[in-house]
Amino acid sequence: MTQTSEFAVELRDVVKTFKTPEGTLLNAVDHVNMQIKHGEFFSMLGSSGCGKTTSLRMMAGFEWPTEGDVYIEGNAQGHTPPFQRPVNTVFQSYALFQHMTIYQNIAFGLEMERAPADEVKTRVGRLLDMVQLNGMERRYPKQLSGGQQQRVALARALVKMPNVLLLDEPLGALDLKLRKEMQLELKAIQQKVGITFVYVTHDQEEALTMSDRIAVMSKGKVMQVGIPVEIYERPQSRFVADFIGESNFFEGIVQSVEQDRATVLVPSLKAEVTGLNTGQVGVGQKAIISIRPEKIRISEQPALKTNFFNGTVKTTTYIGSDTHVYVDMGGGVTLKVWEQNKISSLDPRAYYVQGQKVCLNLFPENTLILAES
Amino acid sequence: MLKRLRENKSFQGTLLVSPTLLWMIALLFIPLILTTIISFGTRNADGGVIYGFSFHNYVRLFGFSTDCPGGQASCFDPLYANILGRSLSLAFWTTVIVIALAYPLAYFIARAHPKRRNTFLMLVLVPLWTNFVIRVYAWMMLLREQGVINGIIGWVAARFGVQFEPLQMLYTPGAVLVGMVYEFLPFMILPIFTSLEKIDVPLYEAAADLGANPFRTFLRVTLPLSMPGVVAGTILVFIPVMGTFIVSDLLGGKQVILVGNLIQNQFLSARDPTFGSAASLILMIMTLIVTYFYTRKFGFGEEIIAV
Repeated sequence: MTQTSEFAVELRDVVKTFKTPEGTLLNAVDHVNMQIKHGEFFSMLGSSGCGKTTSLRMMAGFEWPTEGDVYIEGNAQGHTPPFQRPVNTVFQSYALFQHMTIYQNIAFGLEMERAPADEVKTRVGRLLDMVQLNGMERRYPKQLSGGQQQRVALARALVKMPNVLLLDEPLGALDLKLRKEMQLELKAIQQKVGITFVYVTHDQEEALTMSDRIAVMSKGKVMQVGIPVEIYERPQSRFVADFIGESNFFEGIVQSVEQDRATVLVPSLKAEVTGLNTGQVGVGQKAIISIRPEKIRISEQPALKTNFFNGTVKTTTYIGSDTHVYVDMGGGVTLKVWEQNKISSLDPRAYYVQGQKVCLNLFPENTLILAES
Repeated sequence: MLKRLRENKSFQGTLLVSPTLLWMIALLFIPLILTTIISFGTRNADGGVIYGFSFHNYVRLFGFSTDCPGGQASCFDPLYANILGRSLSLAFWTTVIVIALAYPLAYFIARAHPKRRNTFLMLVLVPLWTNFVIRVYAWMMLLREQGVINGIIGWVAARFGVQFEPLQMLYTPGAVLVGMVYEFLPFMILPIFTSLEKIDVPLYEAAADLGANPFRTFLRVTLPLSMPGVVAGTILVFIPVMGTFIVSDLLGGKQVILVGNLIQNQFLSARDPTFGSAASLILMIMTLIVTYFYTRKFGFGEEIIAV
């Protein structure tokens, strides 16, 4: 692959407007900028209707931007039809040709390039090896299991060695166990072939597992782009903190800002909370405090000198690896705390129980102070 | 006892098919046997049947005449063989033209906006609300010498001061072909539409994505996946066209006689049921042979891949 540009795919100020059935106009993709690097496993993550699939379809050429443009290898795509773009797609429904054998399905793209017959044969053979479908080439798609069909769809797109492979929720139809296996396998294949993967998913765990970088999208906009750790540990907005994993939120007014700490007065707790200064807020501004349930330290006696709060256990849920403890802080505030079950015990009293007085310690480095969105 | 019957799947199956089965036995199977018996008989002077076992009706159909000029014992008279050949060729061309006209239309309807799709389908079906024979009469009005088409051409010619002799369109093989195509078009449109509509949009996208331009997408994806519709339509069109006599009777007159007309004549005016029966059986066998080879090649229009 020749690298003619810094980015494999770039979206520059892309807008896609659709007409709703009611006749109003809707920006499914709203001024999106995105830079996807060569060889990267890039995921677009969001709930349905966030614009992730529309963005992908614009890269493939099935849709054309209303404003802005898609650049592939630095070339503006404009209204280039899909069959002239150096990208290939793995469809959510697989879209396999039911009237062709597995071999014919995979060879289709090469035949369209008018590749010589012996080259088609070697390349299809190599892909069949890669996706472990040897011996299946004479079968028809309907004779394969869902997971096998998924591999055919992948092989059919990859055999063309595109600059970019676009994947639209390709694992959505598989059961959980198979999905997890395929996640690892997809990632391995991506690293082996070195092709840029753009992956659309609504499954945050899938995105975190596989991606080099993730773009979290909502209502047609990109909320945050970053490596998985950044997205989870340093969400830049309440939306991202809430969408990826779970978080506890309080609202308050910023009292003081130091280098890496900010202190916020939280009316509902009737107390001040010190957390990590993300640089988003100044003194006197409204702020959101966000802390993940597994990062709160629960104890009977305070473990910190400050930033600890007393509460009463409201309910607990034992889920095997963890116990979820819901603590009533008074003033109508309930915090979720995930406590890992590190010690094996059959005695229910070994765990936190309803009505127990506990102390919640919020370590400032785990407590994010975000601007109000 | 009742419980056992209720749990007996094969009994239930028999019960469900028996009305149709009885119907078929009474109105298809028995008449077919009678027709076969009669076809080997000989006609008496009053148009009755003398039962026997003689192949002379079949021999006559394939061109061996016993009523020869110059007192010969037998000679070759291709009259009836020509009729059989003409029927076959007309059915073939009707089917070909119907496919050529129906496919693009069905494609257009299948890819139209779902809201408009039903309207289009309705428009295809509207002519079927009028009786078959009446629609053929309508074509007579259009095609005859003082008909609508000649009238319009004549009027235009007169405006430009050109001499115009009305065209002889009615009672020609062309008129029969036009009539057949018109009558059977909906029976091709509907099955092709059904199979085109079943093709998921992502399949077209996948083909384009893999580098196929619209033309190659059509050849490699659309056409093969819609073949079941074409095959089903062909069976629905070819078989009735082979046997119909109304269209050729009204639009072809004495000029275009098909097997259907021959059979009708033998039973009604010529009063030779034995020859009519033989012609009926030959028609049926010819249709069966063509359909057999056709379906052996293309299937019956069921899903192409049986799993």
